[in-house]
Order: sequence, then structure tokens, then C-alpha cells
Amino acid sequence: QGKFTLLRDTRTDGSFLVHHFLSFYLRAGCKVCFVALLQSFSHYNIVAQKLGVSLAAAKERGQLVFLEGLKSCLDLLFGEEEQPGQPSPLQFLSTSDLRALFDFVRVSLTPADGDSWKGPVLLVDDLSVLLSLGAAPVAVLDFIHYCRASVCWQLKGNVVVLVHSNEDSEDEGNELVVNSLCHHSDLILWAEGLATGFCKDIHGQIKIIKRLSLRQAAGQDLVQIYQYKIQDRNVTFFARGLSAAVL
Amino acid sequence: LVFTEEDKYGLYSSLLFKYFLAEGVVCGHDLFVASAKEHPDNILKELPAPLLDDTYGKELGDEAAAKSEDVQDSMKIAWRYQNLPKMEASPTTYTKFGHYYDVSKKMAPELCQSVKRHSFYLHEELSSEADMKTWNMNSGYARLLQSIQRIISQEGFDGSDPQKKQRNVLRIGIQSLGSIVWGDDVCCSDTPEDAHSLTKFLYVLRGLLRKSLSACIITVPAHLIQNKAIMERVTNLSDTVVGLESFIGSERETNPLYKDYHGLVHVHQIPRLNSLICDVSDTKDLAFRLKRKLFTIERLHLPPDLSDTVSRASKQDLAGSAKLLSSGCGAMAMGKKHLDF
Repeated sequence: QGKFTLLRDTRTDGSFLVHHFLSFYLRAGCKVCFVALLQSFSHYNIVAQKLGVSLAAAKERGQLVFLEGLKSCLDLLFGEEEQPGQPSPLQFLSTSDLRALFDFVRVSLTPADGDSWKGPVLLVDDLSVLLSLGAAPVAVLDFIHYCRASVCWQLKGNVVVLVHSNEDSEDEGNELVVNSLCHHSDLILWAEGLATGFCKDIHGQIKIIKRLSLRQAAGQDLVQIYQYKIQDRNVTFFARGLSAAVL
Repeated sequence: LVFTEEDKYGLYSSLLFKYFLAEGVVCGHDLFVASAKEHPDNILKELPAPLLDDTYGKELGDEAAAKSEDVQDSMKIAWRYQNLPKMEASPTTYTKFGHYYDVSKKMAPELCQSVKRHSFYLHEELSSEADMKTWNMNSGYARLLQSIQRIISQEGFDGSDPQKKQRNVLRIGIQSLGSIVWGDDVCCSDTPEDAHSLTKFLYVLRGLLRKSLSACIITVPAHLIQNKAIMERVTNLSDTVVGLESFIGSERETNPLYKDYHGLVHVHQIPRLNSLICDVSDTKDLAFRLKRKLFTIERLHLPPDLSDTVSRASKQDLAGSAKLLSSGCGAMAMGKKHLDF
């Protein structure tokens, strides 16, 4: 409860982690607010069905609040005048102010009467897109801070956020956001492409960092490293060097 | 959304662009061509002519017959590799996916006119559309987006017209995006005036593509973009990113390693849509060459390094390309690896 998890990927695509957390929390019976900025609803739906969860059904029973960034963006730019008092959550495209997005998140996760879901969860895929769309790095950090304050501390829920990063990245804004978030996360899942290059059997390596040093003064972070291979319906993890292709 | 990084002189990327459009004509798709440099009608006049299947098949058949003769004798030294499939530079048993084109001939105008074509030439589009306040991006891009959206909804590519029974695909081609001709200075300076225009444009375009039956190819003079951060963001926002690096004018042109080829193809990213996995091919090293009639993309294979007096420079280059050759190398080496004792 009240945990902030950071999903990070470098040189590879970490979206399989997003799919995992989405189906994990839905199966656990939590109320999920998914801010999906990069892909369409049907993409997530199809993958979730392979993982055993139906997003459409979850949406219908009110368990899932899905913000489809691509669609909202089109509605904002090409649609007719919106009703006053209902600003689009993607307002920041024109005003570079993320407050409307935060309000959307807060409203969707605040428990309504008659809600029987266990803890609220905010899932964001992915945060680096906000920077591409004109939001300043500091504004993005503020947004995350507000989300943490309301979701983690006030509502005792969890927040899971995906960011991209690169070594020798020249994108300073992105690096600033990623480094700052790393310092404030309880758990970091870092998917990296192999340093030696592309391999058919091992798609990458995942570093799991449990930031015990956040909660305890003298605690040390616990780091575990595994390698993984992504298949059609699941992902297999194994210790380094013990891939099935090698044994 | 296929994002292509142009080669230095734009020769090969415009060829690839025309291939995409020509394929659309042959398949009967509608076309939308946008350009700020060359008038779209001129681009459309220069599409390569499609090859009839039998002529191409015959050409390939001759080549394949010549090759298969010498492969039957068993290997004496590298016998471990005997069991591996023979590496094929280009797919000889080509699956019927797409068509082949003859670069030396132009497409017949009647064929080209058999599909509906829409074009957007920046300098002809006068500032007619008002209401830019919600857009907050480069006006050229904004107008292009509005034009695309108008075509999509008018022609029913987004399924908005339930009466239309024949659903067709719209192929969108946008040339030299991000260059100065579009009014964007992202290629000229390190700190462009509006660093977000290009990325916002791509995001909205992505939304339009996801919502409708369309596919899009964009070519960008990536070698001119100074600000690498923008390239990283753009890569994130595209589905497929392919870079073309031609050898013209670089030291590799005279390098004997690359003498058969005209350039390299770098596949930076492939789409991972509707699935956890993506379709990854065995090798990531591709090179292209432009023969008199055909433009082919093949797997890069280095010739065996047989000479005793191999110079330092080419050895380093070999080491450099060996780094590029990833662990799929074992299958494709077949005696072509330079063993160092």
C-alpha cells in the first residue's frame, strides 16, 4: 500500500511490465486509473486478453478508468468546442499545464459511494511522452508529486509509472525526470537491453531495486538482476547466464 | 508509422518513399502525398513501374540456379557449419508479399491515375484555416494535420460512414519533414525555437493513424538535426524507425569490404503492436544496393579476409562491423569470420 513503483527501460521496450501490472492489479480487484498515452485501447485490450483479463469488461463495471491519450488528443484538436467546466485532461497540449490531467486522475480514483474495490492504483504509460508534448520537466515532476500525495498518501493506493531512458542521452529534461523519480521510488524495475547487443533468446536483463534506504535510515538497497525472454503469453525470467539456449 | 532517416543526399530515401507510394497504386490504395520541397504531382510522375511477376521470377531463377551448383560439395575444414542452412543474401523463394519494381522505368500514367490521389504542397496551401489557438505548433504542421484529418473523415477511412461497404487503405507519404522548407528550424540550430512542434505533430499523426485505416511513411533529414534529444523522442513516438546510410562521399565508398553495396540500412525499432513480442529477424545488419533495375536490401555479409597483408585500417573496420554483427553471427559466418590466433 502506498508504494511508488518506477518502471524504467533502456535500449529496449519495457512495455511488457506495464501490461503485467495492469492485469495484475485488475485481477487483484483494485480500482485502476490507466493513463495510456502511447498506444490505443485495442492494443492493451488484445494483450490483456492474452494475459487473461478483459479490459472492456473491467471498464464496464467501473473498475478501470482508461484515458486513451491518442483519442483525447484528437478530440481536443479536431472536435467541436467542449462544454465549459469539463476541460479535457490533455489541456496541456495548448496550455502546457498538467493540472487538468491531475484533476482527472484524482476524480477517477476518489472512491465513490458503493465502490467496493480494494485500493486505488494509478498506472502511467509513459511519462516521457509528456515531455515530448511540451510539458516542462519540472511540471512533470510536480504532476507526479501531486499524484503521489493524493494516491499514495491520501488514498493509500499505489502508483506505477513507466519512463524511458538512455545512456549518454542528450535529452536532459528526460534524464532529470528519470533521476529524480529514481530517488523517490520504493521499487525500481529496470529493463535493459543486453550490453553485448541483440540476442534472439535473451531479450534483456531486468534489475529489481528495492529501495529500503528510503524507509530506514541505515537500510541498503536490495538489487537483484535477472534476464528474461518475452513470449507470446508470458515472460520467463532466469538467472544470468542460465538461459535455456545456453544450457 | 514508419519513420525513415534520410541518407545524406536524399537519393535513396526518396527511392524508398516512391516504392511505398507505388505499392499503394498497385494495391489500389488511396494516396496522400505531402511535401514542401517538390510538388507532389512531380513525385507521383516518377514512381517506378511495377515488374510483372514472370520477368522478375526469371531473373531470380537464373541467379539461384547458378548459386546452387557449387553448394553441394561438402565442406572439409569448416564441417561444423555443414548443417547450418546456407545463408541467403536475398530471399530467393520470395513470399508473395508486395510487388517488385523496375527502377529504370516510370509508372504508366493510367495506372497511377487509377487510384485516388490527394496532395498537400505546402507552398500552395495558403493560410486559409483559422483557429490555431488550441494547436500551439508550427503552422505548416498544423495545416498538414488538418488536411489529413479532413481527408480521413471525408473519405471514410475512419469508419465514420457506415454505408460505405468497400473499405480502403490510405497511404500517406510525407517527405523531408523537419527540414527548413517546412518552416521548422529543428535542423538548423541546437536550440530550436519550438522544440516540440515535430514531436507534437508525430503524436497527433499517430492518433490519426490509429483511428483510421491508414499507414504512413515519413522521411526526415536526420543527419541535419543537431539536437539529439529530439531524435530520441521521435524514435519513441514512431512504430518503425529505419535509417539509411549511403556510402557516397564517405570513406566507406572505397572500402573493399563494402564494394558490392551502396549503403547500409539500420533498423532502429520495429513495432510491437497488439502483442507482448515483436517479430524480430535473425540479423540486424542489412545493406542496400541499387542495380540498374532493382533496388535491393540484403543481409550484409563480409567477404572472407584471406589476404596476408591486411592493413590496419580495414582490420579496425572489420572489428567495428563485427561489433555490429550481433550474436546471430554464428549462423551466418560460415567461414567468414576472421579467426585471430
